[in-house]
Amino acid sequence: MKHFKHIAAVILFLCIFLSPSCSKENEGDKIIKFWAMGTEAEYVAKLVPEFEKQNPGIKIKVQQIPWTAAQEKLITAFASDNTPDACQLGNTWVPQFAYLNGIVSLDKFISSSPIIKKENYFNGIWDTNVIDSLVYGIPWYVDTRILFYRSDIFKRAGYDNPPKTWAELYDLSKKIKSLFQNKDKYAIYLPTNEWAPFVIFGLQAGANILKDNSSRGNFSSEEFKTAFEFLIRFHKEKLAPLGISQVTNVYQAFADEYFSMYISGPWNINEFKKWMINDLADKWKTSPLPSKGNNYPGVSLAGGASLVIFKNSKHKNETWKFIEYLSKSSTQIKFFNLVNNLPAVKEAWGDSSISKDVYMKAFYQQFENVAATPKIPEWEQIAFSKIQQYAELAARGVISSDEALKNLDKDVDIILEKRRWLIGKEK
Amino acid sequence: MIKSAKNKFSTYSSSAAYIFLAPALSAIFVFFFIPVIAAFIISFTDFDIYALGDFSTVRWVGFSNYFKLFDDPLFWQALQNTFYFVIVTGPVSIAVSLTAALLLNSKLVKFKAIFRASYFMPVVTTLVAVAIVWRFIYHPKFGIMNYLLSLISISPIDWLGDPLWAMPAIMLMSVWKNFGYNMIIFIAGLQNIPEDLYEAADIEGASAWNQFRFITLPMLAPTTVFVSIITMIGYFQLFAEPYIMTQGGPLNKTLSIVQYMYQEGFRWWNMGYSAAIAFVLFFIIFVGTLIQFKLQKSDNT
Repeated sequence: MKHFKHIAAVILFLCIFLSPSCSKENEGDKIIKFWAMGTEAEYVAKLVPEFEKQNPGIKIKVQQIPWTAAQEKLITAFASDNTPDACQLGNTWVPQFAYLNGIVSLDKFISSSPIIKKENYFNGIWDTNVIDSLVYGIPWYVDTRILFYRSDIFKRAGYDNPPKTWAELYDLSKKIKSLFQNKDKYAIYLPTNEWAPFVIFGLQAGANILKDNSSRGNFSSEEFKTAFEFLIRFHKEKLAPLGISQVTNVYQAFADEYFSMYISGPWNINEFKKWMINDLADKWKTSPLPSKGNNYPGVSLAGGASLVIFKNSKHKNETWKFIEYLSKSSTQIKFFNLVNNLPAVKEAWGDSSISKDVYMKAFYQQFENVAATPKIPEWEQIAFSKIQQYAELAARGVISSDEALKNLDKDVDIILEKRRWLIGKEK
Repeated sequence: MIKSAKNKFSTYSSSAAYIFLAPALSAIFVFFFIPVIAAFIISFTDFDIYALGDFSTVRWVGFSNYFKLFDDPLFWQALQNTFYFVIVTGPVSIAVSLTAALLLNSKLVKFKAIFRASYFMPVVTTLVAVAIVWRFIYHPKFGIMNYLLSLISISPIDWLGDPLWAMPAIMLMSVWKNFGYNMIIFIAGLQNIPEDLYEAADIEGASAWNQFRFITLPMLAPTTVFVSIITMIGYFQLFAEPYIMTQGGPLNKTLSIVQYMYQEGFRWWNMGYSAAIAFVLFFIIFVGTLIQFKLQKSDNT
């Protein structure tokens, strides 16, 4: 009896293991492996059947990989020659894979494509995919950071409109803080485990984040220092909460008036809609970011995901067809309605499902003024480990802003040592 | 004549032994020794993301990864955090396990199986789930921890957000999560102590404390050595708790060596540097184990 159980288990295992995973495949079909992340993967699968109908002989296999482990997984796949044909890449990752020589330049496909043209996209977004004047990715969906705010609290503080300049932002924050005599309420949420606001305000102040062909840190520059000190002041003057653990649920805190402003991206919209209900439903709004001077809106970051083709793909032409399909205005609208990812193709924004959404207007305005972060493979490390580390140290007053930025430059120069060596070698 | 036959037999049997050992040994060789040697070699290079794309960019850097490491404040911070964790949590967790084991081994306790199972439960529960619950427990506004403290009028503590308290918070959770495992080993050790020793001590009129001091502790010594070495090695490899609870923050006060190694290696792909961290950690654990053996030996003499 025991033996029988074991044998049965083995047979069952073999059946599961050896059975063809997709029974619909025909002999000679070209199979495109497409990796997508998180919810995108679930929903892009719904767009696949129509493509397969239009293109008999091509089958798309979507594989879902979790966002949190995406980069590790992709690089591991690259290291072991197991990359898919195409993939969704966060557009700050495009440089990494271009330098790795893992993805191909798409210029020759674009030049003959009836669907994908540079002018269909937001300039700043398109630019994130260009490395050494070659295009490596096609924007799939876009995101950027804008201001989410509580219009009711703004009104109580005497502001009918969102702040348009840094000075207004600061003044408004002061007023909100004094509005709540209770110490435990804040004007703006600027968690130091988010590097983005520091870089955004730096760019707004006109800073070059890196110098010498992106081979040295430039954080001690006058421009970046101005921005850095401006943001640290919010922490020092208790206009922003210090710890990140106090806010386990950003949305609830926003509903509780714990803070009235938050610089963040479109991924929050659905959650805010879920939490800001009943009489709070019309009390939150979005606006583009303020600017340092009078050139409103101030610049924000060009984010989102791009579609790339891997070098090892055996079906590059067919993969390109799939990318073209995903980039059609009609597919982009469908995708927006499925997951609420903002379409990369400008034409899609004209569709009523997007244009009538009150929260979207600010995004469209902001996308006209977005910029890319430095396009080097080390950028992620600089942003996530170093900028955050020193922002936190300065915000908590452990070291002065001057010291923080000087050390930041020193650390960044160490990270970029290899890059300087490579540049020197090329010369 | 007889001698040669015996020799023949013994060579025959030893080669048979090697054949039987071969699968296990070759697996260990392929999956353990080769990676360790490769990592050791890599720790003398600057293998990074550029090298992954183009192998010709790898440079032999000698000991410079190690020198860089000793110059890296974050490494020292991580080292300090790890030692802090090991030195406090190790003894505390062993003491808690031993106490729990003694209680469960006592004749007075009923429903032993239920207690044993429930104390062991945290060990087998997924850490991610545990960490989420503990994050709620530690929540500065709504957490039960601060509620309990408020009952004895202690002002609320931002457990995971305060650089001073984040590590103790993680320590407490780790002790709770892990003591059940050592407890089971201690129970096994206690059950191996012959009952007649206690009976003899009873007849001689030894107090409970003296029985514990002169019978239980000495008889448990081998178990204690085993437990403390395993615990020390395990705690030096602290990773998942801070990785999930605090991501090393606030102010890197909960960043552990292994987490730093993981970040450098798999997040930023500085494989050379990461491998150097791994070998420094190996060296520390190696020395720590030697010291414990030494202490144990001097105890016995």
